This record gives sequence, structure tokens and C-alpha cells, in this order.
Amino acid sequence: MVQSHFSQFGPQGCHMARSFAMPGTHRPCSPSLPRSAPLPSGGGSPLLPMTEVIQIEQLVVTYRDAETRATRTAVDRVTFTVRTGEVFGFLGPNGAGKTSTMNVLLGFTHAAGGSARIFGVDVRQPISRQRIGYLPEMTYYYKFLTAEELLRAYGRIFGLDDGEIRRRTDELLALVELEPARRRLIRTYSKGMQQRLGLAQALLNQPDLLILDEPTSGLDPLGRMKVREIILRQKAAGKTVFFSSHELGEVESVCDRVAILHRGELKALGPVAEIKRPDDGNLEQAFLRLIGWPDAPKPASGAGQADHRPTAP
Amino acid sequence: MRAVLTLAHLVILEMVRRKDIYVLFVLTALLTLIAAAANIFDDTRVVRYLKEISLTLIWVSGLVLAVTSAARQIPAEREARTLFTMLAKPVSRWQFIAGKFLGCWLACGLALLVFYAFFGAVALSRERSLDLASWAQAISMHWFMLAVPVALALAGSLLWAAPSSNSTLTLVACFGIWLLGRHLHKVALGLPEPGATLLTLVYFTIPHLELFDIRDLIIHRWPPVPWVFWLGALLYAAAYAGMILTGAWLLFRRRPLN
Repeated sequence: MVQSHFSQFGPQGCHMARSFAMPGTHRPCSPSLPRSAPLPSGGGSPLLPMTEVIQIEQLVVTYRDAETRATRTAVDRVTFTVRTGEVFGFLGPNGAGKTSTMNVLLGFTHAAGGSARIFGVDVRQPISRQRIGYLPEMTYYYKFLTAEELLRAYGRIFGLDDGEIRRRTDELLALVELEPARRRLIRTYSKGMQQRLGLAQALLNQPDLLILDEPTSGLDPLGRMKVREIILRQKAAGKTVFFSSHELGEVESVCDRVAILHRGELKALGPVAEIKRPDDGNLEQAFLRLIGWPDAPKPASGAGQADHRPTAP
Repeated sequence: MRAVLTLAHLVILEMVRRKDIYVLFVLTALLTLIAAAANIFDDTRVVRYLKEISLTLIWVSGLVLAVTSAARQIPAEREARTLFTMLAKPVSRWQFIAGKFLGCWLACGLALLVFYAFFGAVALSRERSLDLASWAQAISMHWFMLAVPVALALAGSLLWAAPSSNSTLTLVACFGIWLLGRHLHKVALGLPEPGATLLTLVYFTIPHLELFDIRDLIIHRWPPVPWVFWLGALLYAAAYAGMILTGAWLLFRRRPLN
């Protein structure tokens, strides 16, 4: 089954899996999916379409060490941009500063220096999150709600009208195959079901920027496939995807560009092909080299990117 | 405003589904019924005494519900990490605090309505009539008074991470003000300096919750207080709740969430 799903992707991800299409509306990938959630009324929106969706300049993030109470630097003068329509992989070993950077982007923490903007708006302003879909690493949803109620609540927060919320809820619950369980409390869901609900809520406002925090962590192959489908679908629709991951094979297969962070510093930025040296073999090798682990085992000849790509049956 | 209302709705839904309110209501109803059952001799003094006990129970239940529900809102959201998913949406921290406050306060209002409706039914069965204006004033002032403990517990949850310690401290403070607040300036007169000045300052700083305690109107069937005073009391509660919530927002505004 996994194979059959995977086989429907072209090398550029331009043909969506049939199972992924909205019920009754299957169509080849198109850059003109329905417009995202309406922005709050009150004059012109500050969120104008632009080439650079995420702009991070000289970002510094610090934190207080719980034991020593000393101030430590998690992210040190990092600068990069993410452009409209690209799939951007944000990589680094544990403790590299990925989560700290994402926390700044989502407004959870504030930068000690530098700036971060989304759609040209300072990330400290809640409006910067109007066109974002966020999928956290784990399932963090109100377990006393049903899936339907959760999506309705989030829809209202995004300012969608009730008719639009109903329509999107129907579509998304069908999409993530939670339709039969839509009126069950989330606390009765399995982990996989909660992950799928996470995907549905991340897409509720038809985001122009999807931020995924280790989206495939702890998922079974079907769950991973679903996430990959979503990333490719967003890309096909001209949307931007920004995600952190330790699954380098997956990153290599879907990302246009990557940034590699290590100990708070940006070690590499650019297309995967440019980051890799001829002798690296695959992105994992390049990653290990860039974080200063040159003794990593080399892959066998011919086992490079192809190892991580979906294969036709 | 829509985000605030949605957050408030979620708070109420959670409280209803957690069934905390039902436990409190059953306990209060049980005690009220037991008290009412003792009224077998139709002695007016006994009836008043029992009304006072029942109303005190409602006051204590209301305070406990207000404080315990508000105290766990933010810590529970942090622990379950639902806070992160919510704040990743276009919700400001002020809206988050305001939504939590509104939800808890409205839920307390609903609980009070149930408590008073039950108590009213029992009282009506004994006294054949109710002074609706006095009842309306007593209930509305009670409800507005609860805005202060709800705001205090929300602010406290940003200072003390454990809901239990926050609840205990807030309840002690609220019961202390309710029972002793009116006597502080008298005590201050008998204290040496600087204790006298400090206690006088405390007297003029704390929200005087005892001002809202007009249970006697119901117990003794007294006429309602002048409506201007009633309105002033509501504004007084709103002002204090607003100031405390602003403090809570200032605490929460720049707090890193990891």
C-alpha cells in the first residue's frame, strides 16, 4: 500500500496521490488551490504576497541554564531567508538551535538580538501567524474535544466563517481519514489518529506557510507517507514549507534548499546538490561532515539519494 | 474578540466535561437539602439561620470553584502543551489571558445560577415568596466579586507553577479579605509604627470582597441596596479584575515558553 501511494509521485512531486485529493475533487496539482483563510477585516492587510516568506537576520536566541542560571546562547547570529513556494529543510543535531529558532518564529520565545519576520511582519505580532499552519512534533490538542470541535475552535480563531469551517472540516477529516471518528473525543484516539488530526488542523486555514517540527518523528510508514504527501501537495500548490527533521533521506527527497545548524551557528545553506560534495554520497554524509564528524562511514557506491527516494513498483 | 470568545468557550466546555462543577453542586445541594429538612417547626429564626448556612455554602463553593478552575488553566495548558498549538495561531497573549479569564468567570456565573436556583426553590417552598430585586443584587454582586479571585488565580498561576500552591495561596488571601478585610484599619489603629501605616496601606490596597457580601438581604428579606451603590460595586470589581489581569498579561507577555 505504501508502495502504491509512493508510486504516484513524480520526481518533482507534481502528481498528488489519489488518496490525498479532496473527496470528489481529485485533480492534478495546480498552483491555484483555493485562497487561504481570509485575513482580519480592517483595511489593507500587512501580509502582502512576497518573495521572502521568512526573513531571519542576525538572530540571537539565549536561554537561562536551569542548573547554573548562566545565560547561554542557543542561536548565534543566524541569517537566512525562505522564499515563496520552496520546501526548506531546517537541519541540525539535537541542541543545534532548531527548536529555539522555530520558537522565535512562532512567537513562543523572543529573540535576544536580530530580527525574524514572516510575510514581512515581525514575528512578535500575532497577525504574522494568520497564514501559517503549524504541526508540532507531538500531538498537543485539547483531549476533551472531538476532532470536529477542535477544528471549529481553531477555525474561529483564524477568523473563518461557520460555513467555511464546516466545509474545511469535512474536507480535511476526509483527507486524513478521520471522518468516522469526527465526533469522538480526542482522548480516545490512537497516537496515529492524533497525528492525522494534527495534519488536519495545520491545513485548516489553507496556510501559505506550513511549519513542521520534526513531522515524521515517531510515525509509522503510512504516517510518514501522509506527511510527505502534504509537503508535496503544498509545494505543488505554490505554498512554502519550512520543516525541521532528522530524517535526512526524506529531507533530501523533498527539499529545495536546506539550512544546517550546529551549536547555534549556521554551517550550510543552499540546495542539497550544492551542499553535498562529490565524495559525500548523500545528504547524511554531507551533514556529518559539516557538523565536524569526518569519520562517518561512507555509503556503498551507488547508494546515495536513491536510497531515500520512493521507488516505483 | 472572536479569539477571546472561542478560548472562553473552550474553558467552559472543559469544565463541563471535567464534571468539577457537578461534584460541587451535588455537595452544596446535599447540604442545603439537609439544612432545609431541619425546618420542621417553621421557626422563623431557624429558617434564617439555615438560609445563612446555605448561602455561606454557596459563597464558599463559588470561591473554591473560581480559584481552583482559574489556577490550573495556564499550567494545564503548558503541561499538555496545548498552549503551543494555540499560540501558534493568530492569538496574542493578552487574548489568551482574557479568554481564560472570561471562560472561568462565565463558568462561575453559570454555576452560581444553578446554586441560587436550587437554593431559591428550597427557600420558596418555605417562604412562599422571594424579593426578586434583592436576589438579583445578591447574585450579580456575588458573580462580579468572583471576577477578582479568578483574575488573582490566573495571575498567580504565572508566579507559582503548581496549581495546588497557587490555589491555596489565593484561597487564603480571598477568605482572609472576605472575613478580616473590613477590620484591618481598626487593627492598624492599635499597632505601633511602621506596622500601623503598612496595615493601613494594605487596607486601602486590597480588593474588599466583603463589600459584595449582601447575603443579609436574602436572609432577613431586607429591601435592595440603592442601585447606584450596586453599580458602583460592580465597577469596583471590574476595575480590580482589570488591574490584576493587566498585571498577569505583563507577567505573561515576554515570558519564554519552552
